[in-house]
Amino acid sequence: MIVLQQLINGLQLGSVYALIALGYSMVYGIILLLNFAHGDIIMVGGYIALLIISAGISPLVAVVASVAGCIVLACLIEKAAYTPLRSAPRISLLITAIGVSYFLENVAQLILGADPRVFPNTAVIPSVTYNVGGLNISLTTIVTLAVAVVSMAALTLLVQKTKMGKAMRAVSEDMGAAQMMGININRTITFTFAVGAALAGIGAILYCCRYPQVKPTTGYLLGLKAFVAAVLGGIGSIPGAMLGGLAIGVAEVVVTALGYSTWTDAVVFAILIVVLLVKPTGFMGASMNEKV
Amino acid sequence: MKTKMKKFVCMALVVVMAMACLVGCGSSAPASEGGSQAASADTIKIGWLGPLTGGVAQYGEAVKSGVDLYVEQLNAAGGINGKQVELVVYDEEGDSTKAVTGYNSLMDDGVVAVVGSVTTAPTVAVVTEAFADNTPMITASATAIDVTYNADQDTVYTNMFRSCFIDSFQGVTMARFAKEEMGAATAAVLYDNGDTYSTGVYEYFVNQCAELGVEVVATESYASGSVDFSGQLTNIAAADPDVLFLPVYYNDVALIASQAADAGITATMLGVDGWSSVLDSVSDPALVEGAYYCSGYSVEDTRELVVNFLADYAAKYDGKVSNMFGAQGYDAAWILCNAIAAAEESGAEYGSDEYKQAVIDAMAATDSEFVTGHVSFDDHNDPQKTAAIIQITDGAESFWGNF
Repeated sequence: MIVLQQLINGLQLGSVYALIALGYSMVYGIILLLNFAHGDIIMVGGYIALLIISAGISPLVAVVASVAGCIVLACLIEKAAYTPLRSAPRISLLITAIGVSYFLENVAQLILGADPRVFPNTAVIPSVTYNVGGLNISLTTIVTLAVAVVSMAALTLLVQKTKMGKAMRAVSEDMGAAQMMGININRTITFTFAVGAALAGIGAILYCCRYPQVKPTTGYLLGLKAFVAAVLGGIGSIPGAMLGGLAIGVAEVVVTALGYSTWTDAVVFAILIVVLLVKPTGFMGASMNEKV
Repeated sequence: MKTKMKKFVCMALVVVMAMACLVGCGSSAPASEGGSQAASADTIKIGWLGPLTGGVAQYGEAVKSGVDLYVEQLNAAGGINGKQVELVVYDEEGDSTKAVTGYNSLMDDGVVAVVGSVTTAPTVAVVTEAFADNTPMITASATAIDVTYNADQDTVYTNMFRSCFIDSFQGVTMARFAKEEMGAATAAVLYDNGDTYSTGVYEYFVNQCAELGVEVVATESYASGSVDFSGQLTNIAAADPDVLFLPVYYNDVALIASQAADAGITATMLGVDGWSSVLDSVSDPALVEGAYYCSGYSVEDTRELVVNFLADYAAKYDGKVSNMFGAQGYDAAWILCNAIAAAEESGAEYGSDEYKQAVIDAMAATDSEFVTGHVSFDDHNDPQKTAAIIQITDGAESFWGNF
């Protein structure tokens, strides 16, 4: 029973990682950029929701505004920081992403202070726990898992069944050829960033409901772990990111449950090293032909 | 000619500097001499050492405000043995080196005892010197074990006392509270593995539980900065303890309390003084409803001592409410002055070695009520005092009582 309970804990944590890992994977898939600012977008999403709810406005508005805010921010970052560097070496893009990450963290600290703010999580999801056959399942857990599954299903449909999805896959396959086929590359890339940010916004709300605190560095470790999840699943692969996220979440909880709680972060990053050494393509990544 | 001129200038400079030296000595020497002569007649000199400038000045000022208040009241009531108490203040800026200089300076000024220092490092730096001189000393706020005890040499600094409780004391107190007041048979602990305060309190709690026969059914820890405690809390929920002890700071309490509710933990939560203002950081006060934590003192304490202290403090300092440091400073001065009164009665010559020993013996024998609770000292000169227990009821912090 306790094993099952811990598994649920792991899946809940993992589904948040998965949502964020998707953003990493999609952006990498399309422009080969490890967008390290992705984690900090979650922090901004958390603050937006927090400030709106604190102002006494409906939590529903806060959720929508938070997702919208994340999308706008990600598109702004893409236009301002990444587009001008599209033909530059990949390493310049990577360094810029790290710069954007620090920029967001420090601006947040400047405006909102370094102290953690309390996120009014019970306003979004009431604190209710159901006892199902000896298992304690909170409403937050149910909502997190349900929202994650629905978001991932919607994303899969979007990528596989829509015209925009087809364009995304084409640009990811071969940017030059896609352009010659008449695909608007700029629009497609911006759209990819927007979709990733929307998922991050949803992830931000779910994360803050479970861990009701927002601080300027909230997205830092969260982003890094989601990155590990994306690599484990196979960077660039959407189902891989989902699997990787869940696997990392479960791994963390298993390590903790066994009594090695201080080792959780070490285990996560050890996974990164092992994957990169043994199977750099992860669970589902396609092998890359010297494209990088 | 030129060399002669140079020689002259050199000589002149030497003379001027020597004069300056003499003048410098001259201005200070008579003052201190006169001071100690006067002291032996009708005043008792006590040193105060602590930071009044620098990064930790706020603590120094708070402690001093309490000490000043006590000395003022004592003098208004006739002083000790008909002698007025004079407080000689030295600002050590929170710096260990300056604290030692300050201690020596106070001794030169002829003080018989010292209240200080405020933070741990300067206090530890001073105590070895003061131990060699056998100067009676009491700190209001240095909580580390090595303030009164040198573990390397297994030596207790017999001259050094304190009015605050030490970190480990909280672990012992909360274990006793769980057993004696709540009738707990089982307990669980979740602590921050990367924080010495947290691990220290945790160890003492577990040891005391073993002594009292409270079974510790789950011991879990986490790395500093963690946000997910679901794994640990699920293990704790499975062990179903009567109480859950959380020797951690308020920000972590907020995260743990929220996930504890999700994990279905119904145990009463127990905390430490790191919990103060915890209600500002939880997303819903209901999450910590019914929890208890211990604190150095409570402004809601209804004992006459505390009520009077708060009224007098407010009257002296424009209506301000004394924080824990102010109250502990007041108590430190009080404990010391009681001991000096005993030394005066013993008939020892003021300032002599017997006099100092008499003060130390009297301090060690302290056993009475003070603002921050009942104080007596153990063989490490750490106070065996009552802690103020704060309970969270109806979404507010309320004073449960002294324990």
